[in-house]
Amino acid sequence: MSPRRATAGGRIDRQRTIRFTFDGHQFTGHAGDTLASALLANGVTLFGRSFKYHRPRGVMTAGVNEPNALVTIVNGGVREPNIPATTVEIFDGLTAESQNRFPTLSYDIGALNQLGGRLLSAGFYYKTFMGPVIGPLKGTRLWMACEYFIRRAAGLGSAGLEKDPARYERMNAFCDVLVVGSGPAGLMAAQAAAESGARVILAELEAVPGGSANWSDEAIDGMPAAKWASSAVGKLKALENVRLLPRTTVWGYYDDNTLAAVERVTDHKSAPAKGEPRHRHWTIRAQTVVLATGALERPLVFPGNDRPGVMLADAARRYVNQFGVLPGEKIAIFTNNDSAYRAAHALKKAGAAIVAIIDLRREVSDAARQIAASVVGEHLTGHAVVATEGGKQVSGIKVQPFDIATASVSGDPRSLHADCLLVSGGWSPTIHLASQAGLKPVWIEQLQAFLPPQPTQKWLAAGAITGSFSTQEAISQGHAAGAKAADSKSAEPGDLPIADADSLDPCPAPIFEIKAPGKAFVDHQHDVTADDVRLAHREGFVSVEHLKRYTTLGMATDQGKTSNVPGLAIMAETLGKPIPEVGTTRFRPPFAPVSVGALAAERYGDIRPERLTPMHDWHVENGATLYAAGLWHRPMIYGLAGETVEQAYVRETKAVRGGVGLVDVSTLGKIAVQGPDAAAFLDRVYTNMFSTLAVGKARYGLMLREDGFVLDDGTTWRLGEHDFLMTTTTANAGKVMQHLEYLLDVVWPELRVHLTSVTDQWAGAAISGPKSREVLAACVTGTAVDNDALPFMGIVHGEIDGAPVMICRLSFSGELAYEVYCGAGHGTHVWATLMKGGENFGIVPYGLEALGTMRIEKGHVTGAEIDGRTTARDLHLDWMLSKKKPFIGSAMMDREGLLAEDRLQLVGIISLDNRPLNGGAHIVEHLDEANPHGSIGHLTAACYSPVLGRYIGLALVSGGKARHGSRAFVSDPLRRRFGPIEIVSHHFYDPEGSRMHG
Amino acid sequence: MLITCPYCGPRNVSEYTYQGDGNRTRPDPASTDQAAWNEYVYDRLNPAGDHHEIWQHSGGCRAHLRVTRNTLTHVVTEVSFARDAGHRKSERHRKPGAHA
Repeated sequence: MSPRRATAGGRIDRQRTIRFTFDGHQFTGHAGDTLASALLANGVTLFGRSFKYHRPRGVMTAGVNEPNALVTIVNGGVREPNIPATTVEIFDGLTAESQNRFPTLSYDIGALNQLGGRLLSAGFYYKTFMGPVIGPLKGTRLWMACEYFIRRAAGLGSAGLEKDPARYERMNAFCDVLVVGSGPAGLMAAQAAAESGARVILAELEAVPGGSANWSDEAIDGMPAAKWASSAVGKLKALENVRLLPRTTVWGYYDDNTLAAVERVTDHKSAPAKGEPRHRHWTIRAQTVVLATGALERPLVFPGNDRPGVMLADAARRYVNQFGVLPGEKIAIFTNNDSAYRAAHALKKAGAAIVAIIDLRREVSDAARQIAASVVGEHLTGHAVVATEGGKQVSGIKVQPFDIATASVSGDPRSLHADCLLVSGGWSPTIHLASQAGLKPVWIEQLQAFLPPQPTQKWLAAGAITGSFSTQEAISQGHAAGAKAADSKSAEPGDLPIADADSLDPCPAPIFEIKAPGKAFVDHQHDVTADDVRLAHREGFVSVEHLKRYTTLGMATDQGKTSNVPGLAIMAETLGKPIPEVGTTRFRPPFAPVSVGALAAERYGDIRPERLTPMHDWHVENGATLYAAGLWHRPMIYGLAGETVEQAYVRETKAVRGGVGLVDVSTLGKIAVQGPDAAAFLDRVYTNMFSTLAVGKARYGLMLREDGFVLDDGTTWRLGEHDFLMTTTTANAGKVMQHLEYLLDVVWPELRVHLTSVTDQWAGAAISGPKSREVLAACVTGTAVDNDALPFMGIVHGEIDGAPVMICRLSFSGELAYEVYCGAGHGTHVWATLMKGGENFGIVPYGLEALGTMRIEKGHVTGAEIDGRTTARDLHLDWMLSKKKPFIGSAMMDREGLLAEDRLQLVGIISLDNRPLNGGAHIVEHLDEANPHGSIGHLTAACYSPVLGRYIGLALVSGGKARHGSRAFVSDPLRRRFGPIEIVSHHFYDPEGSRMHG
Repeated sequence: MLITCPYCGPRNVSEYTYQGDGNRTRPDPASTDQAAWNEYVYDRLNPAGDHHEIWQHSGGCRAHLRVTRNTLTHVVTEVSFARDAGHRKSERHRKPGAHA
């Protein structure tokens, strides 16, 4: 028989039917169902195949701790794998698929792995993927192919390749009290804190607040616990100082009481409302945290404990009480403690037959005996389950007398018919967050459980997390914790709600494993058996940390929520030590898987910030193809119809060298360096002198790092005695600013210098080419621009069509050229005026490609050559190293290794086969396409040079200067580009600089 | 982790940039003592416990701060402006309305 929906009961809305799909089959459920409860109600027990052995697996829990029933949620082309079916709320149109099976869930070829079970034991991967070290398979492609199939055979769901179209967002929140968990303890804590006026956030990972009250079937204040909880939630919702966050998992506890949480805003909806993100990530700063995270039931380890139909006892209680689902019709219960008797009671009440309760203990509390007497066919105390029977579903169990003192079975086994086996191995307080913000968890022998450690941050614990498992204790502890967290003086626990109580014993027998023949699973999700743990020990892994990593116990997506404590107990027994001496591994974030989308949120994709120059719109309107340079968007070319990129930049380059062109240089970093000591400061940070620079002049400067390597280059303009405008490369603007700020704050605080970033305040346009002076003369008023008024590296102030401009005559292209700066707001106006004024001279706008082509022809360096590994000498800039003064880097730049002859040095490269070169290609002396080796350097930039009529490039080549005139080859195996080249001087064009000085 | 900027008040660590070991002293600029330079440029203390560090409030007032931080617990016990080098009271620079 299969599970079914009870005729009555549960907190689902039976009036509302919801349709969804699982593995291509249509099913229906009700509002309030999870995917697991709805499938169980439809009689589905087989949910997936296991990680290594492809064993059939069902659903074991009813919540976030589920190790088995993992599914892939399919939404259009987007696949989200490894989602526990127990946490998925159903909605119309939900599509889910089972995982790790081929071709179908019922008939899975991979199940053959079970036959090779001994080969797939602990450390399988470490042992197998070494590959043969001798023999014909050593290091072969055949072996690599085998490895591919072995890896494919194991695993969970696979992610899709489609881009996730969902939107994610981030929020920051601040509160006096954060309450994690909304069971009776959490609700009372939130209420007590809120009453004293504190700002409270209450986070609950489930959809419906109330925690165990939703399925305990107890009474609180004379009403059903679930009703009490919903009325308490209603009161909290009405308060202005309380924020309720349902479907929100608090997953990490960080320094200074900062907690990370993720809210699943629309995962339960067919379609999100307008503006709703899929997930919302919360960073919550709380004065005090109340951890009311409850406890998780753990299973027992015995042969066949993974067969579908084996379920945790409290999960079954939840399915029947909250969802009205009977997980079986003839139910057996196997336990080492009293709590499972509550499940027996609830299931009997809903109409199931309780075949037997098998209790490991011979002595059982009176309360438990009374329940057993009223609901059970057989009450087998001092017995254990030693096997489950059936195929893809439990059909029966085998039981045998068991002795706690020796932890062993004896006597004859007998079989019982049952279609469902409920298991309880005791309770583990959910101490994950407490452990992240505390010392070592404390083992309590009596409860056989780790309790929260001593806090290292400001948190309090209340309810089952403290090892107090009764609802009444949860209520009183919750109230006290909430009042204390809110610093309330009026914490009179006078009229607290009263919960009806049973007198069941909370202490389990100290038994975690039943040793009998067959595979007994500890970690269901990673297919780790008790024998694997012992094998790892025999192979020499004695530390709990090593055992865990070698067996991968507790390292699956569920992070061992059901397996950590049983696994630890088995390790302890194997090592012959008590559990507290073995110690537990530390819990680390996240508590449950977090979507990467929520972590990235708006830092990714369309909403990533972008930087646009003041003339951006003009570029777009005039046909520019844009190029992303960091956050900046810069024109690459202004292509004409039908032009290739190369045709466009060649045309633009020729127009500049033969006439005049205009390029946007607003992205250059600009720093105002001002103050009485500004000149002295620049002398210290640049390798060359700036104190000797006249007002109204600019100078090219080079900066080194302290270790003697080149940091950046650029021109700095002296606008006044104490007023300099420094320019940096686009990419290094932030780095240089920070470097200078550090020096002024930390190294030379006595210098009277102030730095201001003015990159965004100035718009810059470089006008280049032999006719640039004529265009300026036609456009600029208020100053002359002839060679006397504006010599090379001179600066003048004037106006262009009413906008104040500052013009410096300097050249990156090697032509007569000027940089025209104006306020950012005038940028487009000045640019357009220059374009208009240049019409008669054939002016063209040019982009980064043409700019780069001209700088390669001139042999100027940029970020590709200033790569953090090159020195001034490597780049032939040693003429800039002043010998008259110390500067940053001067003490370290002459170290032996930095003077070596064979260092990579800047050279020019000419393609000898008339084919394009690629930046990043290697340079070799001897070409070997089959086995590329022997790199002597690499290309940093490449282009077609219109003035040379050749494909050329710049490169960093070992001992480069000595190689001028020699032949070599490019070797670029990734792009399959091999061919002969000549190494030449990096000055391809006008090495004397006569054109720009003219 | 929170660092209380003397100017801006308590701010999240994400607003700051770590600028390294604060125990280093730059040799005299004209010094040619390679051992001293090597120590300044490459050697870093790495204590388990209180550490003197330089942090820049790069997402705020951009001041460099001298911070005493426990590397085991991340507890910050002292913050001052690096520029003050312990001479002046940081109180004078506080932004109006910034809470310590």
